Amino acid sequence: MNNAWKIVIGVVIGFVAVFGFPFYYNLGKANVAPKLKYDTPAILEYEKEHGKKECVEPKEFMAKEHMQLLNTWRDEVVRYGQRIYVNSRGESFHISLQNTCLNCHSNKKEFCDKCHNYLAVNPYCFSCHIVPKEKQS
Amino acid sequence: MKILIPFFAVIALVVIALVGAQASHALFGIWIPYAAVLIFVFGFIFKVLKWGRSPVPFRIPTTAGQMKSFAPWIKQNKLDNPSSSLGVLGRMLLEVLAFRSLFRNTKTQLYPGTKLTYGSEKFLWLGGLAFHWSFLIIFVRHFRFFMQDVPYPIQIVEHLDSFLQIGAPLLYITDVVLLGAVTFLFLRRVMMPQIKYISLPADYFPLLLIFGIGATGVLMRYFAKVPVVSVKELVMGLLTFSPVIPQGISSLFYAHLFLVSTLLAYFPLSKLMHMGGVFLSPTRNMANNNREVRHINPWNYPVHVHTYEEYEDDFREKMKKAGLPVEKE
Repeated sequence: MNNAWKIVIGVVIGFVAVFGFPFYYNLGKANVAPKLKYDTPAILEYEKEHGKKECVEPKEFMAKEHMQLLNTWRDEVVRYGQRIYVNSRGESFHISLQNTCLNCHSNKKEFCDKCHNYLAVNPYCFSCHIVPKEKQS
Repeated sequence: MKILIPFFAVIALVVIALVGAQASHALFGIWIPYAAVLIFVFGFIFKVLKWGRSPVPFRIPTTAGQMKSFAPWIKQNKLDNPSSSLGVLGRMLLEVLAFRSLFRNTKTQLYPGTKLTYGSEKFLWLGGLAFHWSFLIIFVRHFRFFMQDVPYPIQIVEHLDSFLQIGAPLLYITDVVLLGAVTFLFLRRVMMPQIKYISLPADYFPLLLIFGIGATGVLMRYFAKVPVVSVKELVMGLLTFSPVIPQGISSLFYAHLFLVSTLLAYFPLSKLMHMGGVFLSPTRNMANNNREVRHINPWNYPVHVHTYEEYEDDFREKMKKAGLPVEKE
């Protein structure tokens, strides 16, 4: 007497249902990384003036570190009343999510949400800040 | 030596990945992970089916609680000494989810003189529970990299894990608990002389390997950040069987992936198989119903017995002559 059939059931549940889940969940879904849009009116205007599109810091830095930068900004403003940020190029910016960041990136759905939804990140920015009205070019 | 060999083995694995990934992204990003998963799945199934072919032993009642009695006034402990399948299910759930056996650990101590005392010893239970649960939650949380549209339950797990809202990429509680618990389990083996005496390289290696996995993961999330969008693209490529190597992923990620691949490939060959083995613990997964259900020895072969009827057939005439009574004339 042995219980091989119980073990087979256990293996099927363990491997097919749990470990196999990501495989068949993704069946038929294309592997598309999100593409961000940098074509809001404010960005286009900036490009016309300066000849290039650029953020407060280089793009690679912003992609990896924007959350830390925003966190630092929040602490500087809320705790120390420091409203001026000097970037690596020596330019000064007014620290404000709604008036600086979202002035250019006024397309939350096509910008913030793209990557955040892709990676299921739920930042709590907008539990205090107002979600901006979408402005499309 | 028993500690240094696995220690340098893990260091070597990290170095191999850091250097090797520079040489070939495809090897460390595609082929080694695929090979590791294949070894894991087929090795695991092979091992478990091999166990499944072995005979089930006579039920072993353990005396953790009162067994079912014929006397109605003696109350049965239905969880610790179950006599039904439902009770066994309960005992197994407690064992697998709450490590009830470890909870019963005791320690023996000699007090000054010759006074032998027994006390409860909960730290292995606590450390093991913290380690396994945080590992499970981290595993579940990683499914946000494994699925195109992340299902809501996984988002809830991720949300609860980071609800302290510390720092900018939010601090995960399980990251802290896992590294802490692994460190504790390692120090326990190193600092307690009795445990150190019975520990082998195969005991230290998984702990150090998992510490390496956790450390590289923590580094990637909080300190030397990697572009997560590209990382997910790579992982999704693997899962949809159309592998891609996106640009700009640092070697740190490949080190993490290589250590995880090592863990997967090492899994079926090692003590880590207790993941499957816990379900086959004979003292936990069998009901104590020896007096109700007959156990037939699985390796019984047919034994020829000479019955009384056959005996009488052999000697009937002689028995009659001797005046002995016979059952059949």
